[in-house]
Formats: sequence, C-alpha cells, structure tokens
Amino acid sequence: MALIPLLAMVRKDLQLFLSDRRSVIVSFVVPIAIASFFGSIFSGPGSNSEPARIAIAIIDQDASAISRSIVAGARADKSLKLAMPTEAEARDEVRRGKTAVAVIIPKGFGEAAGNAFFGNGEKPQLSLLHDPSRGIELAMVRGILTQHVMEAVSREMFGGEQGRRAVEQTLPGIASSSMPAAEKRALMEMLNSVQKFYNQPAAGGAQAGTGRRGLTMPYNVREEAMTAGSNIAYNGYSHSFAGMAIQFLLFAMANAGIEMLIERQRGLWKRLRSAPVSRLTLLAGKAASGAIISLMILLVAFAFAMIVFRVRIQGSILGFLGISIACAVMASTFGLLVAALGNSPATARGVTTLAVLMMVMLGGAWVPTFIFPAWLQQLTVIVPVRWAVDGLDAMTWRGIGLSGALIPVAVLLGFAAAFASVAASRFRWEEG
Amino acid sequence: MVLPIDVPPEMLDIKHLRKSFGSLVAVDDVSFTLAPGQLVGLLGPNGAGKTTTVSMIAGLVTPEQGEVLIDGARLGGDTDPKKRRIGLVPQDLALYDELSARSNLRFFGALYGLAGSALDKAIAAALELVGLADRRNDRVATYSGGMKRRLNLAAGLLHDPDILLLDEPTVGVDPQSRNAIFDNLEVLKSRDKALLYTTHYMEEVERLADRIVVMDHGKVIADDTLDGLQSRVAAPAGGHATLETVFLTLTGRSLRD
Repeated sequence: MALIPLLAMVRKDLQLFLSDRRSVIVSFVVPIAIASFFGSIFSGPGSNSEPARIAIAIIDQDASAISRSIVAGARADKSLKLAMPTEAEARDEVRRGKTAVAVIIPKGFGEAAGNAFFGNGEKPQLSLLHDPSRGIELAMVRGILTQHVMEAVSREMFGGEQGRRAVEQTLPGIASSSMPAAEKRALMEMLNSVQKFYNQPAAGGAQAGTGRRGLTMPYNVREEAMTAGSNIAYNGYSHSFAGMAIQFLLFAMANAGIEMLIERQRGLWKRLRSAPVSRLTLLAGKAASGAIISLMILLVAFAFAMIVFRVRIQGSILGFLGISIACAVMASTFGLLVAALGNSPATARGVTTLAVLMMVMLGGAWVPTFIFPAWLQQLTVIVPVRWAVDGLDAMTWRGIGLSGALIPVAVLLGFAAAFASVAASRFRWEEG
Repeated sequence: MVLPIDVPPEMLDIKHLRKSFGSLVAVDDVSFTLAPGQLVGLLGPNGAGKTTTVSMIAGLVTPEQGEVLIDGARLGGDTDPKKRRIGLVPQDLALYDELSARSNLRFFGALYGLAGSALDKAIAAALELVGLADRRNDRVATYSGGMKRRLNLAAGLLHDPDILLLDEPTVGVDPQSRNAIFDNLEVLKSRDKALLYTTHYMEEVERLADRIVVMDHGKVIADDTLDGLQSRVAAPAGGHATLETVFLTLTGRSLRD
C-alpha cells in the first residue's frame, strides 16, 4: 500500500473535517451537552442532591385515627411529596400529570380496616387515581402505601382505643359463634392476651394502651452498589458519555460516508481513480481518517467527563483504549458501508439517520437494555453499539480489568471487518 | 468512412475499445492515436461515447474489449505506474471548495507519489502556469468559476503527465478565462504534451486541434485534420464549410437528448 497517498488522504479528510465548524460543533460539543444532561438524570442521588419525590395526593374523607396516621406516615416518607387537596382538585392534578397518584381514604375506612385486621369484617377499599403514563410510580406508591396502612392499622389495633373496643366487642361473640371449638379457644386466648397487653403499663411511664407500636417492617435493608469498589460511587455520567459519544461518532461517520457520495457527484473520485492508487489504499485512507476522527470524538468526550464530572477509568486503561479504538474502527467502516450502499446523498442521509438511531436505541446508549423485553435483549447482541457501551461501562464504573475488554474489542473488530468487506465488495469503483 | 492519417510516433494508442452498460453499447470498436505535441479534438453529440472513451483511457472504466497503449505498452490496472503519464481534467470542477488551492494540489500531487520539495515545486509551477500563484492560500470556495476551471486544469497537470485528457475544460467560463486556458494548452503543446480535448464548442477545436476525431453512437465516424474534414463537405461559393456544418453533416440534425 502506497504510504504517501494514504497519508495524504488522511490529512485531507482531517483538514476537511476541521474546516467545517458546524460539523466540529455537532461532533464534539453536542454529544458532551446531551451526555451531561442524560448523566444528570441517570446519576441517581448524589451527595449534594436529594432524590426526586413522587408527587401524591391524599384525600382523607375518614378523618379517623387510622387515616390520620396513614397521612402522617406518608408525609414523613422521603420518597413522597404529599399534598392534601379536595377530590376534585386531585382528579384534575392527576389528569394534568402534575400528580402521579391520588389516594382516597373513604369515610369509615379506619373502622372497617380495624375490623378486617382480625379477619372478622369486610375489607374497606382504598381508591388510587393514577396517571396511566406513570406506571412505575404507581407501583412504588402502592408498595409504600401498604407499609404505612399496615403500620397505622396495626398500631391502632394493638395500642389504640379502636383496638381495645374491637377486642371487647369481639370476645363476647366468640362463644356463640359457629366456629369450631378448638378455633374458638385459640381466638379467645389470643384476644385475652391482647387485652392483657392493653392493660399493661407502657414502657417509659406512659399510660396503658398508649404509645405502643404496631406492626413494623421486620427487617432493615442494607444496599450496596456493585461498582468498581466499595468506596466508589456509581457515576451515571460514565454511561451517558459512552452512549452519546458513540451515537455522535456514528453520526459523524455516516456523514463521512455521505460526503464520499457527494465527492463522487462532484467528480472528485474521478481524480482519485485516475491516479495510480490501489482500491485498498483509497478505502484504507478513508477508514483511517474516519477512525482518527471517531477516536478524537470519543476521547474528547471522555476527557470532558473526567474533568467536569469526575468519571474515572476504574478498570483497565489499556482495555478502555482498546475498546475506544475498536469503536472508532467500527464506526469508520460503517461510514464506508454508507458510501458503498448509498445511491445518493439524500437517500443515504435518511436511511443512515434511521439506522444510527435504531442502533443507539437498541444498543442501550439512551436507556438501559434491561427495560427491553427479553427477546429484544437477546436481539441487541447483533448491534455493535451494545458491545461498545457495555465495554466502556465495564472499563469505567464497573471497574472490570483487561479481560472484560477482550470480547467487546473482538466483537467490535468483527463488525468492522464485516462492514469493510461488504463496503469493498459493493463499492462502485467505475466512474463513467 | 474513417480515414486515419499518418502521425508522428504515437504516445497514446487506443485500440478497438468497447464498453456497454446493460443493453446500451456506449463505445464500440473505438480506435485512434495521439502523438507528442499534438492536440486531438474529440467531438460528438451528447451520448456519442466521448466521456466513456476518456474514462477508459484514464482508467476510470474497464473496457470490455480493446486496449490502451502508452508508448506501445498496454495500460494495466489501478496501480500501473504508466497511469502517472496521464493527467485527467474532468468536466466537473473536481476540487475541494473548503480547502485552499495549495491544499488541493498537495493532496492531488500526493496521489501521484509527490512529496516534499518536489511537490512544492510542482504546485508552484502549476499555479504559475494557470495564473493563480497569488491566490494559492485562498479557499477555493472564494474563487470565480473561471479560476476554478484553471485550478482544475492545474490539478490535472501537477504531476507533469505526458498525456492530458481534457473533458470539456471550458464549460461555463468567461471569454477571458477561456482564452487563458487556451494559452495554457498552447504552452503544453509546445512542451510536447499530447492533449485529448473533448468539447461541444466548434470554435475551440478549430483554434486548437491538430486533428479531430468525431464520434457518434459509440463509434468513430471521422478522424482527420480540420482541412481534411472540411474538404468532405461542399461549401457554397467555393469557400470552406465551417466545422459546425461538417459536424452536422456527419452526425445529422436529430436531437440526441
């Protein structure tokens, strides 16, 4: 392969790329801006920021001790932002998307819930008005609400006036009930024990029956984020910069492929083909310049993330460089593919925009792949972006060593080889 | 009837070229020669096969049959060193508008293996010839149409080829720039370059060509000097027929596009 023409092609393409201020901005600044935005969303609560609370409303139509206790529990919950509007206001707020869920505690809820607690009454109904577009928040509110209702009802039933009254009313009726004798005996023993419990003086000198705790969560949770190390926090910017950088280097290389089609339209390929330069040199020159530009985009984006957002390569630096180079080569050969398969710049632009967007979405550059259906998650292994993002994640916040880079590098280079082969075989070499 | 004439030893010998695209035979058994210091005008209506012929000579299109000989040696594949002896000036303004004239020429020169001081000298000489030396560092986008045409010519002769293929090199330029290009071509002829010149402008061929090859429907239908062609057509009042009259007589008056 002739070195002088090859180097000349690389230098010329770099000159052209850098001379176009708009493409430089789009390639370097835009991915950094978007990655910063996505990173701030997906970073999770940092040391300086509180987690976003779910906006809920409670309409307490009962005003019982139990309902007031539920409201107090919800108000104290760090995951919830509580409002107490009227039902009409709550319905309007949910419809407008300003409140995720509105909980209606109907009149008589506390009494009925207390009775149902010992299994001898109809279960009352809690109404949840919810925004159908916020299913995840509905599920979270349902779980949190279960905890607060159980705590409030059990607290009242084991320590409150309603519980004492319920036991006093229930005990006489057991003897005349149709319950089997053994069950009657067991229930009476339990309720007598509860009554005895009510009549004991409370710890700390409180009056009997007051200040007691009901059922509580029988466990505490210790959460440990599995990152590069026990003292290393997850940095969401690592993922967002990987995803956005790859997205934009793919766009840059697709554009480079379209530029090749424009060069053909302008007759420039006649000059290239009339020179004593091999086809391999011509394609290699294009691939090399594309790979250099891609690598620059990726490294500049990560350099920014490291300086501004403290993203760190917790795994192997060599592995990170290997994946970056493999990404760059893959993207560059993707550009060659665009040039080989594109009929005209206009049609190629539309098709490649769609192709890049599909690749980055399926590859997890925008949202994590775990939210996809199982079959789609399986399918994403045929998308090079998936390997690029997973590989860069492995080398940054996951802190996996060089071994974690080997398969992504091999797969990305495999994609590059496939793209280059198709491009070389389908490239229109004749310039009539 | 084609009447080949004797010429000095051929630098370029085109033999029985044929090329078809699907069912369309674009070039069929085309043969002609080109000698050093000679300018051959290649004339023909649209679709006659001129550009395909030039493309085959330049190595852009592979002929199905026939061969291109340079000093008797067959021109081979993409990397044949003999391609260095050919310079192409395409009809399109094949230049990078975003780069300066010098950067354009640096790139095109490097494609022919030129580097360092040899490349710098070649760039200076080419720009001097076409009168763009003082604008060498300006972006091509800032050039007028005529200047771009002259730079297009400079890019084709940068590596000092012996044979220059000019495909309508004066399209869309003003008379001054056209005249300047003619002067450049006269200089190149005087340096013993062999020039193949395709155009639709009859007056250009009348002024420049030593020989004229007329093509139609993919075939060479005449290969003669201007006088030889004119003598084939009777002119009123005993004078010479114009080349346009000769051309229309040979190719007919039906529209081709």
